[in-house]
Amino acid sequence: MTAPKPLKRKAGRIDDLASSSGGTSLAADAFKRMSRSPVAITGAVITVLFVLLAIFSPFLAPKNPYIPYDELRATLRPDSIPGPMPGFVLGSDQNGYDFFSRLLVGSQQTLIVGVCATLIGVAVGMVIGGLSGATGGWVDTLLMRFTDILLAIPSLLLAISIAALFAHGTQWTVIVAVAVVNVPIFARLLRGAMLAQRSSDHVLAATALGVRRRTIVFRHMLPNSMGPVIVQATLTLATAIIDAAALSFLGLGDSDPSRAEWGLMLGKSQSYLDVKPELAFYPAIAIILVALGFTLLGESLREALDPKNRR
Amino acid sequence: MALLEVRDLSVVFRRKGTTPFTAVDGVSFDVEPGQTVGLVGESGSGKSVTALAIMGLLPKRGAEVRGSVRFEGADLLTLSDKQFRDRRGRDLGMVFQDPLSSLNPVIPIGLQITEVLERHRGMARRQARAEAADLLNRVGIPDPSRRLSEYPHQLSGGMRQRTLIAIALACRPRLLIADEPTTALDVTIQAQILALLSELVRDTGTALIMITHDLGVVAGLCDEVNVMYGGRVVERASRHALFSASRHPYTHGLLASIPRLDAPRGEKLVPIKGSVADNIPWDQACAFAPRCPNALGRCREVSPKLEPDNGGMLRCHNPVGPLTAAAERR
Repeated sequence: MTAPKPLKRKAGRIDDLASSSGGTSLAADAFKRMSRSPVAITGAVITVLFVLLAIFSPFLAPKNPYIPYDELRATLRPDSIPGPMPGFVLGSDQNGYDFFSRLLVGSQQTLIVGVCATLIGVAVGMVIGGLSGATGGWVDTLLMRFTDILLAIPSLLLAISIAALFAHGTQWTVIVAVAVVNVPIFARLLRGAMLAQRSSDHVLAATALGVRRRTIVFRHMLPNSMGPVIVQATLTLATAIIDAAALSFLGLGDSDPSRAEWGLMLGKSQSYLDVKPELAFYPAIAIILVALGFTLLGESLREALDPKNRR
Repeated sequence: MALLEVRDLSVVFRRKGTTPFTAVDGVSFDVEPGQTVGLVGESGSGKSVTALAIMGLLPKRGAEVRGSVRFEGADLLTLSDKQFRDRRGRDLGMVFQDPLSSLNPVIPIGLQITEVLERHRGMARRQARAEAADLLNRVGIPDPSRRLSEYPHQLSGGMRQRTLIAIALACRPRLLIADEPTTALDVTIQAQILALLSELVRDTGTALIMITHDLGVVAGLCDEVNVMYGGRVVERASRHALFSASRHPYTHGLLASIPRLDAPRGEKLVPIKGSVADNIPWDQACAFAPRCPNALGRCREVSPKLEPDNGGMLRCHNPVGPLTAAAERR
């Protein structure tokens, strides 16, 4: 009897497929789906460009952003700020510094504040939420009422109050203030996810195998609860940047006026809006673009990790 | 001495604001070493809760467990959490219904097997990995060492259930509880899994409690069968006695509702009327009475006792005679 050829070929192909599949995790799966989404790519491009800019801005800036230039100061008057001139792409700011260089270097502060505030918020929030979700009982009740109190206060108001506690504002004032605002959000999120995991079948199965409690929490509950936290962290980066800019704008951030920071630049230039609107316009655009980039990335990450969208 | 002696096991779920619900109501049965015992009944008959109570997996709050579960003479219900954790997986294993959701989706299956080996048999990582590959091989998964690094979603349903069985048997427990292990699988795979289970049980001498609503599974696997209804055992019989001469109208109804190969063509299946929701409490009546074709006036007034009958046990006022059962088939 002759074996049907196409069938044989098909079998071979299936074998190939099977041998090449190896171990692809859910994360790898999500990455594959994201690389096909234009929204994700847009977000990723903006984010990567921004991070590269922040890292290399000291080398990219054509002039020293921290000293005033005599060429610019010569024509600087309260009712006229010099525009573009040779060597100074966007002209001067209100203090006679090179505006373009300051705009570039400003990305650094923004990234540091955004990332640090988010990381601290995630870390503290995860400790609280993880403890809450893993233990339950009165520990859970106590911690969750505490987060309820924090959540009850409007976030920006809370951030302003915390920042105002510090006599001399520094960049860290802003970071701490924004981080505290984010703590209850992550605590809530992780606790909810952990609770869902606690009553899941695979945790019951692990319990039925006599796996230690510690192992169940760290190997079976926590990794399965991380999806929403990662997504929220990406989205929070965007709001953290905006919140930090808002605090600087209100003068609660770094009190050193020579510091290049987009929120601060925006705040200081508001009285020159009729003289040179670009001074406010460009930092604002930069903040919006970066926040948009992180939001797009976070949203598509959420979509990619959502089990409802799978295949 | 029996390996497992369950005596008067009761589980009552209490919750503020609701009336207590008795899911398991004085269940007693024995499992001998190497024996396969079936727990049969429809949804809500208390079979899964019985299993969870034996494994000590019911939530501390809200579930009240009474009676005794003696495993090799020691009462499991009096163990501390820690002591129980040491025995679960090592002495008692469990296979669950849904193989996909019972595996951790974010870690490779290899780790889920080695974790148990390291925990209970104190193996080193490398040794455990070799043993895990060996286990997968034994449950019939081809190319086991490659499969170890795969995630649950990459396996087929049958392979997932094989993996779960491998995990449950990793530490060679003396008792394995299988809670409807074939419900989520299609029929051809069901047969494979059942064959695998019976083979493993025979080879390792593990006792098996098979929880199922499928009498076909019972026929293929169990030495002794407990038929449960409304949280109580209503009939206990050996497999052969159950299929040849079931006495309880409920068992009889279950048998009449499955198709037979030797039945004349066009014969209709006979369902059991009503549902578990029609139950009346066991205290002063037979819970099955509202659905029972043989119900007498007494069935609604006096609760029947579980009494020896024809080599088994029976809880019924008006059982189906062996002859009647045979006659009805004609």
